[in-house]
Amino acid sequence: MTSSTLTDFHQPDAIALRDQVRAWVQGMAPDQGPDWEARGTTPRLVYQSLGQAGLLGLRHSLEWGGTARGPVASVILAEELCRSTYSGMAEAVMIHTDMSAVHLAHGGSQAICARHLPAMIRGDQICGVAVTEPGAGSDVARLSTRAEKRGDHYLLNGTKNYVTNAVHGDLIIVASKTDPDAKPTRAVSLFAVPTDLPGLTIRPMPRKHGMRSSDIAVMDFADAALPAGALLYEENQGFGAIMARFQDERLAVAAMSVGMAETALQVTLTHVRARQAFDGTLWDLQATRQRLSWLNAQTNGARALVHETAIRLARGEDCAAEVLMAKSLAGETLLDVIRGCLQLHGGLGFLEGETIERIGRDARVMTIGGGATEVLLEQVARRM
Amino acid sequence: MTALSFADPINLPEELVMMRDQVRRFVETEIVPNGDAWEEAEMIPREIFRKLGDMGVLGMRHPVEYGGTDLGPVASILLAEELGRSTYGGVPASVTVHTDMSATHISRRGSPEQKQKYLPGACAGTKIAAIAVTEPGAGSDVAGLKTRAVRDGDDFVINGSKIYITNGIYADFYIVAARTDPEAKGSRGISLFLVDKGTPGLIVGKKLRKHGDLCSDTAELFFEDLRVPADSLLGELHKGFYAIMDNFQNERMVLAGFSLGACMRALELTLEHTRTRKAFGGTLWDLQATRQKIAMLATKVSAARALTYHAAQMDAQGLDCIIEISQAKIFACETHVEVVNACLQLHGGMGFMHGTPIERMTRDARIQTIGGGASEVMLEEIAKRL
Repeated sequence: MTSSTLTDFHQPDAIALRDQVRAWVQGMAPDQGPDWEARGTTPRLVYQSLGQAGLLGLRHSLEWGGTARGPVASVILAEELCRSTYSGMAEAVMIHTDMSAVHLAHGGSQAICARHLPAMIRGDQICGVAVTEPGAGSDVARLSTRAEKRGDHYLLNGTKNYVTNAVHGDLIIVASKTDPDAKPTRAVSLFAVPTDLPGLTIRPMPRKHGMRSSDIAVMDFADAALPAGALLYEENQGFGAIMARFQDERLAVAAMSVGMAETALQVTLTHVRARQAFDGTLWDLQATRQRLSWLNAQTNGARALVHETAIRLARGEDCAAEVLMAKSLAGETLLDVIRGCLQLHGGLGFLEGETIERIGRDARVMTIGGGATEVLLEQVARRM
Repeated sequence: MTALSFADPINLPEELVMMRDQVRRFVETEIVPNGDAWEEAEMIPREIFRKLGDMGVLGMRHPVEYGGTDLGPVASILLAEELGRSTYGGVPASVTVHTDMSATHISRRGSPEQKQKYLPGACAGTKIAAIAVTEPGAGSDVAGLKTRAVRDGDDFVINGSKIYITNGIYADFYIVAARTDPEAKGSRGISLFLVDKGTPGLIVGKKLRKHGDLCSDTAELFFEDLRVPADSLLGELHKGFYAIMDNFQNERMVLAGFSLGACMRALELTLEHTRTRKAFGGTLWDLQATRQKIAMLATKVSAARALTYHAAQMDAQGLDCIIEISQAKIFACETHVEVVNACLQLHGGMGFMHGTPIERMTRDARIQTIGGGASEVMLEEIAKRL
């Protein structure tokens, strides 16, 4: 019997997609990644190349040029893009495909969708999402950016930070309070905000610890007037919409963590098999084999949970707890993997420009972004 | 009883869900109320095997024509999980040694006569099986075993000893690994034999006292010119090592299943305890450290479960999955030890008291990272395949 009957991840279309993304990653020119890291962003040409390969529309409907492939495809895309070892590129792309533009598809008018989605699926426009503020991160209910209705406009005031893709992006999905008197879950709306909106200032943030192939910025709104048509979903329904899409977002982040861990293990395996020490290679030492094998088993545990959860999500099952678990475990496991892998590289792992050093820095945000582990575990506990 | 909701494995057939419900009821009504007495007696009554046989769960890995149902590895894991939920580790140890670790050698490699002689009784629970591989000088390193079997006319004469044999005292028949070719080195030259209880020269030593799994009997066996007919040879001559390694794959999945069931029940018990136990002006559950700890442990159990069922489904489809099974075995069993240790901690002083389920479960867990291939051996198995 062939493996194709095993799960959704073993179906021919899934295997073909994995091969396709892998081929795209292998086709990257050697100087591309270092260039992105140096410039602090993934250039638009990269999006366009992914768009031409049909990889930016996996979660969008056929109507706008997408292929509506579902969560299994997102997991494959995230894992394979991370194999590039430039996780910042993967992050920027996954935010574009799975964490921001999906709000247009779910909550935007026909006019907004027609204006942006086909271009985003081609990679001609870049999308991002702005929820976090200086005073509100994982605790979404605390956000304070205001959007006041003034006739056929909303007037936006406030500050968003840590907005990936804002520096070079075209459209950012922004969460703002529209009813300051309502309780937090009924107070927030989402808007599609063009980055050239008058009254909006975008300032790049300081260089990051990792994920340097993605750009990150502060967005300052000072009486920025936004046409009422930019409202997504119904007014004051933004909190629920954010929560609804969090499942996709967290699954994508979990899959990135799995892809990064697998890549780090692969890079390290190659290193220890070549590196001579104590009359053999590092791999000939049992301590090396045992450490890498245990990290391999843990990574595969996290991967099994991520894959199973993607399959459940695709079937429309309620798996809120499983998504939270998958994201928590994949991130925490990745950090364990990095610690072991960098150690086994010895002094080399401490040098800038080394692959494991870069993945190690990139990894550090994976237990923070998309909901910190501690926040997610609280939510798991609440479901017990 | 607090039921923690762990999502069911994907693609679980309806018939297995029904089987699981049946076993769960059996565990609650027949095992849990009597477990303490069995621990005291250091044995599980034969009647329990017969009742499990009547339910049809002892023959899930045996062919239909010999009284089995041939349901495959996923069924084995479900059974192990449910028995693991009993909180008496000796029960899954004793039962799964019978169903999945010993008699399976007969279904896989036995002659039609051997199948006819042993399997109907094994399926019915009237004949209990044990597997005798481990020796004082050879545990996870099977190739080091020294027990000898020498051909003598129409017989084999076996000499040597075995240790840590689960069901060793009360079994009706044993599958014994012995060296048949002393010239061949290591893994070559080992064969398996079927030995009936009562055969002259088979001496069952005293019951060994253990750290945990108290209700399962564990024995030392001695073979003193034990004479068995040549047709007791199980499988091919000198190919026993490969049979053991082959069956190990199933054994390891089943051990993972037992660990998963025990983990889920330990977390339920701990959830129940922390939600009712008053401390610092509220309950233990009101403390964030408690919630975070339990949530992360449940997360690891979920992942170990996904990994284990994935491996079982691969195995059911005949795919090469030694690496997946090795990953599942170490991940589930190491998680088991971590879970019971943390759960005992959250039970406080009560967890240290004899008779508290979590105290017993902590002792029972300890063998899981040792038996069926120690964690360190699992890691070498993985390393070989990276």
